[in-house]
Amino acid sequence: MSQTDTRVDRVEARSTLDRARPFWTSRRRDQLTGYLFIAPQLFGSAAFVILPLALVVWYSLHEWNVLAGTFDFVGAENYRALAADPNLGAVLRATGLFSAGLVVFNLGLALLLAVLLNQKLRGTIVFRTLFFSPVVVSLVAWTIVWGFLLQDNGGVNGLLDTVGVDGPNWLRGEGSAMLSVIVVQVFKNVGLNMVLFLAALQGVPAELYEAAEVDGASRMRQFWRITVPLISPTILLTSIITVVGSLQVFAQIAVLTQGGPGTSTTVLVYYLYQQAFQFHHFGYGATLSIVLFAIVLALTVLQWQMRKRWVFHES
Amino acid sequence: MSRDLSRRARLVLYGVLLVLAVPFVFPTWWMITSSLRPVADIFAFPPQLLPVNPRLDAYQRVFELQPFGRQYLNSLYIALVVTAGTLAVSALSGYAFARIRFRGQNLLFLVVLAGLLIPSEVTIVPLFQMFFTLGLVDTHWPLILVPILGAPSVLATFIMRQFFISLPGELEEAARVDGLGRFATFWKIALPLSRPALGAVAIFTFLHSWNLYLEPIVFLSSPGKFTLPQALTQFVDAYGGPMWDVQLAAASMTALPVLVVFVIAQKQFVEGLAHTGLKG
Repeated sequence: MSQTDTRVDRVEARSTLDRARPFWTSRRRDQLTGYLFIAPQLFGSAAFVILPLALVVWYSLHEWNVLAGTFDFVGAENYRALAADPNLGAVLRATGLFSAGLVVFNLGLALLLAVLLNQKLRGTIVFRTLFFSPVVVSLVAWTIVWGFLLQDNGGVNGLLDTVGVDGPNWLRGEGSAMLSVIVVQVFKNVGLNMVLFLAALQGVPAELYEAAEVDGASRMRQFWRITVPLISPTILLTSIITVVGSLQVFAQIAVLTQGGPGTSTTVLVYYLYQQAFQFHHFGYGATLSIVLFAIVLALTVLQWQMRKRWVFHES
Repeated sequence: MSRDLSRRARLVLYGVLLVLAVPFVFPTWWMITSSLRPVADIFAFPPQLLPVNPRLDAYQRVFELQPFGRQYLNSLYIALVVTAGTLAVSALSGYAFARIRFRGQNLLFLVVLAGLLIPSEVTIVPLFQMFFTLGLVDTHWPLILVPILGAPSVLATFIMRQFFISLPGELEEAARVDGLGRFATFWKIALPLSRPALGAVAIFTFLHSWNLYLEPIVFLSSPGKFTLPQALTQFVDAYGGPMWDVQLAAASMTALPVLVVFVIAQKQFVEGLAHTGLKG
């Protein structure tokens, strides 16, 4: 009898316990763990992404001079200065030229290399390693070597000399300086896009080519009608990566040309750096940052729109 | 497109590949061999493929002209700390966004993802001012904190999340039935399975930090605190002209260790970097 009583007591005790701890259910504990897991990242995003983004807007309305220790509200003054900046046109033109040149050369060469490496051929893995190797070479080291090869009496002109071409002083001519900066950057990073294209090419079903062969389509025709449409998602992805990356180019310009000759290679990020950190116009630097952000945002939206229209969708 | 090729087509293809390889391989080769020869020989043409009288003078002068050993250590320890920190932050938050259900999850994920849209160049001016206010300019803190917690780690988080989503849920459920808590499940089950993703994140994070240039020249001003990319550009003579042999020696020392690791682990590098795509 007494035994049964204690058992009843115990059951009752447990149910009171249940009622007393409705808060820390396993679901709640799990939620808390989730918040704790993301806490460092969330703090970082707030402190180093969102706050600076808000500040960049705020600073663009001020003139901040570190040396003089002044911080004055100037309203839209920096934006008026932007509209009247005689260099802005040249800077945007250089930025556009660099991005366009880089995308065309980079994607073209990446696709060519990928198609070549996708052939049934022994040793393609060695060539893949060679084409990819500049990706892991320190950017500034790579740029210094090219700066050296592109000197008037450097290796590139020496090579041209042997075939009877009198090469220009690459980094001192307006057009050739821009071309040089683009080419140096293409060889540095084309390996990444090449590998992405190679993976895409290997995903194209061989039956499609066999069927086209039966229909008598030439290789060129097969490439444009089968390969390109089927790898179009990769073409879009690589073009997004390459365009956004091209807007961030800085080290190459700083090492090779310092934006010159004249302003012919002064791209937006380099101009921003000059204004903010060489001339200490932080307010104006912030305004240029907003221009950069607006361009990146516009390009991203544009490319998402293109994705809907142009890219081949499976099923 | 892998069809059998004729013997002639194969030869042509090898020829084309060899010519195309020149601009990828020659600069690195040139950098290393030129660093071993006297300046007068560097500009000699036709170029000597191997130095006639190899010497290490330039290497010695690298260490005389700059505190290069110190700068090497700076780059190395910053890159290692940033890599370890990024792995920790991105694995934790990637796991939470993939596997744990909590309120506001989607909104918070979007807030974090916004970092992908904002190139770090856009925020360099306010970040400089923030660290200036905190008295942390000319220290390594900005080069460590911003990559680990700010925009650069968002890509890492995204990659980790995609990976954790692809893991079968049954393993974790079994572990939880066995009484493992959330953290233990993450640590003992999910993390060991995510080695490929962690490897990819580690490689691109290390390279990103090792190559960083804009941030060091903005934040650092004393040569003893410089990182390698910044130090490489400091070897100039009294007229501001570059000292080629010394620069190339310093560049070789910067590039070679990473190249050696790449050749050894090239499969992981290529797949990891291609998988993650963006940085390098």
